[in-house]
Amino acid sequence: MTPRGPARPEPGQTVETRIVYEFHRCGITHVIYCPDSATRALRDVVEAEPGLTLVPVCREGEALGIATGLMLGGKEPVVVHQSTGLFESGDSIRGLALDLGLPVLMLIDYRGWRPTSPATDSAAVFVEPVLRAWGIRYHVLAPGDDPGMISRAFAEARERQAPVAILLAGEDGRS
Amino acid sequence: MIDHLRALEIISRHRGDAVVVTTMSAGFVWPKVSANPGLDLMHSDAMGKISSVGLGLALALPDRRVIVLDGDGSLLMNLGTLVTIAHMAPRNLLHFVLGNDTYLTSGSQSIPNAGRIDFAGLAAAAGYAGAHRFEDGESLGRDLAAITAQPGPTFVYLKVGPAWTASRARNTPARAMLSRFRAALWEAYRRMRPPATGAVGSSDDRALAARIEKLRARESSGGAGGCGP
Repeated sequence: MTPRGPARPEPGQTVETRIVYEFHRCGITHVIYCPDSATRALRDVVEAEPGLTLVPVCREGEALGIATGLMLGGKEPVVVHQSTGLFESGDSIRGLALDLGLPVLMLIDYRGWRPTSPATDSAAVFVEPVLRAWGIRYHVLAPGDDPGMISRAFAEARERQAPVAILLAGEDGRS
Repeated sequence: MIDHLRALEIISRHRGDAVVVTTMSAGFVWPKVSANPGLDLMHSDAMGKISSVGLGLALALPDRRVIVLDGDGSLLMNLGTLVTIAHMAPRNLLHFVLGNDTYLTSGSQSIPNAGRIDFAGLAAAAGYAGAHRFEDGESLGRDLAAITAQPGPTFVYLKVGPAWTASRARNTPARAMLSRFRAALWEAYRRMRPPATGAVGSSDDRALAARIEKLRARESSGGAGGCGP
């Protein structure tokens, strides 16, 4: 397909800029966001980006409700929050995203992720088992990985008519 | 106090071509009075989130009024929604709360601090463009047309009696309900005549109709989303 939005990012650009480029490739219209220190820079890039509407929420459980309405109305939202927010929004994930078969993309900051040693932060320990328990496919976007994974996950969600998560893994044990 | 069914009848008379999203007690009774069931969406299985669904629809469909029929117990499970709605400020959102001071569908337990919560005051303080409270059907019937003519987001608290629950039945299977609603929404936009030249939002309307058609074609073909490697 022909990418929409800004020109393809150049090497050396920030991961946030490259993520926003992927949003444009997918035709994302709204970024539903709950505050998280690790994705603060992404929030700022989104807020300044023409063609993307930032929807800040007070708590993560709201996000999938808003995403449901946006998708019913023909828009393309993405949900961005921390792994702790995944736990908080469990009933919305079950009752909306899973029961309704919502092909929504969730970008989840993988708090406490460690590349080479077992996680000790419970926010990291439980996130993958919880996603597996819900039957939600997910992919880990680790430092150095190609953010093109986001577009592939978006397509995967459409194909499966189900939510798909990208776990944004940052520096060792951040957040 | 307004009879629950009468409150919904009054809302139905002022509905126009609005999309209506409902939950819990109101959702069980609304089908008795709705004149446009195709554009009704009832969902109770993510407690408290129907106002969030309504917000998303209102943002996606800026030229169509979206009515939320919420309950007081439901709103209390998602109280931050008032601030989120106020922040996004959709002019087309009309948020009703039918207040009976109980969690009716779970056995009529009292809500916390029952009888002492100023719900309209909460909405006003959160930043809604308008917030109103009614305790009698006569006043509601008299004032609702004027309220709906004002830009939103607008909050209307209705002090109601017990809901007529004989119609309470198991929800239509969620995905079937969603498919029916989405099909009705698409049909509504396909039928939409081109607005008069210079009409506010006319280009948005046409763009939206085209976009929805594109999404429908893509999904009905079973194909993937419009992006990928």
